[in-house]
Amino acid sequence: MIRRLLLLLPFLVFVGLAFFLYRGLSLDPSARESALWGQEFPSFTLSTLEEPGAEVDESLLRGRMSLVNVWASWCPTCKEEMPQLLALSERGVQMVGINYKDARDLGRQFLEEFGKPFEVNIFDPAGDLGFELGVYGVPETFLVDANGIVRYKHVGYITPAQVDEVMAEVEKWH
Amino acid sequence: MLTLTIPEVGLFALLIALCLSLLQATVPLLGAATRRPLWMAFAEPMAWGQFVFLLVSYASLTASFLLDDFSVDYVARNSNSMLPWYYKFTAVWGSHEGSVLLWSLILSGWGFAVSLFSRQLPRDMLARVLGVLGVVSAGFLLFIVVTSSPFDRLLPGMPADGADLNPLLQDVGLIIHPPMLYMGYVGFSVVFAFAIAALIEGRLDAAWTRWVRPWTNIAWAFLTLGIALGSWWAYYELGWGGWWFWDPVENASLLPWLSGTALIHSLAVTEKRGTFKSWTALLAIFTFSLSLLGTFLVRSGVLTSVHAFANDPSRGLFILALLGITVGVSLLIFALRAPRMSANAGFSWLSRDALLLINNILLVIMTITVLMGTLYPLILDALGLGKVSIGAPYFNSLFVPLTVMLCAFMGLGPVSRWKQMPGRELFRRLLGAGLAALAIAISIPFLYNGQWNVAVALGMVAALWVVLALVRDLFDKVRNASSALSGLRKLTPSYWGMVVGHVGLAVTIVGVVMVSNYAMERNVRLDIGEQVNLGGYDFTLTELGERRGPNFLADTATIEVAREGRIVTTLYPEKRLYIARGQPMTDVALHPGLLRDLYVAMGEELDDGSWAMRIQVKPFIRWLWLGALLMAFGGVLAVADRRYRRRRAVAANGESTGPTREVRA
Amino acid sequence: MALTLKSRCCVVIVLLLASFQSMADTAIDARHFEDPVMAERYRDLTASLRCPKCDAQAIDSSDSPVAADMRERVALMLHEGRADKEILDFMANRFGEFVLYNPRLDGRTWLLWALPAALVAGGALVVIAFVRARRHRRVRPLSEEERTRLSSLIHRHRERSE
Repeated sequence: MIRRLLLLLPFLVFVGLAFFLYRGLSLDPSARESALWGQEFPSFTLSTLEEPGAEVDESLLRGRMSLVNVWASWCPTCKEEMPQLLALSERGVQMVGINYKDARDLGRQFLEEFGKPFEVNIFDPAGDLGFELGVYGVPETFLVDANGIVRYKHVGYITPAQVDEVMAEVEKWH
Repeated sequence: MLTLTIPEVGLFALLIALCLSLLQATVPLLGAATRRPLWMAFAEPMAWGQFVFLLVSYASLTASFLLDDFSVDYVARNSNSMLPWYYKFTAVWGSHEGSVLLWSLILSGWGFAVSLFSRQLPRDMLARVLGVLGVVSAGFLLFIVVTSSPFDRLLPGMPADGADLNPLLQDVGLIIHPPMLYMGYVGFSVVFAFAIAALIEGRLDAAWTRWVRPWTNIAWAFLTLGIALGSWWAYYELGWGGWWFWDPVENASLLPWLSGTALIHSLAVTEKRGTFKSWTALLAIFTFSLSLLGTFLVRSGVLTSVHAFANDPSRGLFILALLGITVGVSLLIFALRAPRMSANAGFSWLSRDALLLINNILLVIMTITVLMGTLYPLILDALGLGKVSIGAPYFNSLFVPLTVMLCAFMGLGPVSRWKQMPGRELFRRLLGAGLAALAIAISIPFLYNGQWNVAVALGMVAALWVVLALVRDLFDKVRNASSALSGLRKLTPSYWGMVVGHVGLAVTIVGVVMVSNYAMERNVRLDIGEQVNLGGYDFTLTELGERRGPNFLADTATIEVAREGRIVTTLYPEKRLYIARGQPMTDVALHPGLLRDLYVAMGEELDDGSWAMRIQVKPFIRWLWLGALLMAFGGVLAVADRRYRRRRAVAANGESTGPTREVRA
Repeated sequence: MALTLKSRCCVVIVLLLASFQSMADTAIDARHFEDPVMAERYRDLTASLRCPKCDAQAIDSSDSPVAADMRERVALMLHEGRADKEILDFMANRFGEFVLYNPRLDGRTWLLWALPAALVAGGALVVIAFVRARRHRRVRPLSEEERTRLSSLIHRHRERSE
């Protein structure tokens, strides 16, 4: 009896494995999770894109929910993402931009040309804030709630179809 | 005109081969079950026909490449008119569709070989074996025809030129590595088919093991070579001097190798002692299943790897179904039919039987560990538990101690006797070898660079123990003969195969230990006339230039290497830009040596005209691959023994006569 | 965080191109450490941190900007005198567990070490059980009837081969 079960064991183990492999087919191996979910937005002290003299820190994100979008003028998909970001800002979401590893004039020019969905843009030329956020490929979007906690991260550009998805997350954490 | 129809000929031949394989998969098995000799005899012609038509199909694909027929989608994606002809020939297996056609061709080739060399096999056994091979073949051919035909056309709108073969593949390594690897992977299908046939028949005896061992050993040898070639190729091609990355695709080739090693040892026990029968059958199924699993992992897009073919999940689903049915049904057959009788042979603690059992268990543990490490990220992700990465640090931390344990028992095994071995005698015979191994190993780090290194000492103890125990055994065997030469001549190829194989592993271990601990590397910025010193060698950049190749532009450098004032060699690394794809690639300059390699790779040109370069000195790295060569040779030698080539004369009344020779170790 | 097919394809294509690029293009930054121990630590750390952007590469062999940033930070932290574990945790806290090639031991990864250990222990038990069960097993001697059968078979065989 035991021998029978023992002989059947490889088959059962294989069935289990095949199940996981099947599930694996529908997964995206390039998707990543964010280490920052549930964590406070990292502290920083940087100037804004609009005013070199102004200084902002993480308190900028407290008191209301905001979508923080990391973008750059050299990033081609950021241009394509602009309409979606404008749509989101029109839906009443507070938008904060981080101009990542860019030159000030190029950043300003980019906004002139493609649109200004952002209420304010944090200027991060060295990429330090991006590093703290674990940014590895722009554009990336973070949802930060009123208490300054990161609740959601979207890697890659937001397609028109995904605007609703992002809105749903905004509603969820409101 | 002919060009226009060659791909169609190829596709047609492929479809015929598919039909033949479907027949091969069904008729002989039914024939064996219902005892119809005519149906059973169907197997051989089907196997032959399948091979011939797949040859035609493969040849037409090759012809399309050589004739630059860019109307064929596969050719357009993997070739280019500027590609040298020998790379056009090998580009056939440069991507998914062509390589899986090659797989099928090799599978049919093995089936063809089985039908050629199996005169002494009972007809029903042969029918079953070819039938099972037909099932696997049919599965793969169906996969090709339905999802991955290399003969799809791009008409109208044929491109003017192709997208070129990936520059990394434009190398001699591509010419030999995949075919060797596939010969190994696919070769295990033979022992798999034999195991299934034996299970269905309900008979797994010494004769069965004698038929099966040559096939298994040869497949294992090919796989050993294939893996070694892959490692060697990555070493000089990729530019950072690594030789094993525990990448999922590399693991996919290591898994059947580890299991296959357990299998060849288990077969030895089953042949000599008639024990471990169910275990051997299970290992045969397990090894080929790992081959199939490897195919799935590499082609389904399930795991990320730099080696993986870019594929869509729908293909992955087909392969998973193929894998599921083949392995699932085989394991069910195993569960239902595994020999119920346990052999009566007993054995004591330190007998060879026990030591080989330990060997098998350790190898299977190593296999399961690598398998789990490779699939764990996938399993966690599928369970929604997030993304983790499992890489070299994890695998090394487990694999190294297991290998050391394996070596410890490997020293004892050859010296021990079957069935009974008194511990005292074993101790007496091997004490000298053990102490010598310890003494030499401890002194090696000091001899090398005057510093203690526990990793080196441990690794060398393991390798030396294996070798010195063999030396002792050889000495004992020869001592009892009238002269050294007659004593040596009495030793069978089987024995020498074992010796060479084990020494090969020890040589590989020495290579791994030395290069892992004593490799030197410096990333430097060099301008003309500047020099850097590494490991006693002076590397001086003397020239920078440019040149044009058949399908690339290159920045070249000339580096003079001197040691103690005398020039050792001049190296010519290059940084190439392949025109068709616009892809840059570094061409490493190597000075190989038995005791060390000198390695220079060009990085980027810096603002001031100087170049970033990676310079390495790799001691004993060639030993890694030489050891693998020895292992492969040993594997083949072990089955060159006459007992596997003995033809049994069939007497008039149909019974086989001929002396039964007692097989000795 | 879900991606549509199109954006997924874009990401995959970009990653694939980037990965081939970085694989072919060796990232050689000519960084020099005075202290050989620190140089060794740098090599080990950059080999055990995975590039978050690439398909399957450590940051020591990747060309992507984020890998370069990470290498820079590792060097900086080494000069600051931080411990290896601190540096690895620092990176994981920003880029996720994904970047650690040697996964941290926690509730979901303990099996990675527990299973091999259990298998070794189990294997030892199997060997012990096997040997003990079989050690004293003797093949029972032939009965009178079997012995007669055997001798007649041998006799017949000898006749045929003559």
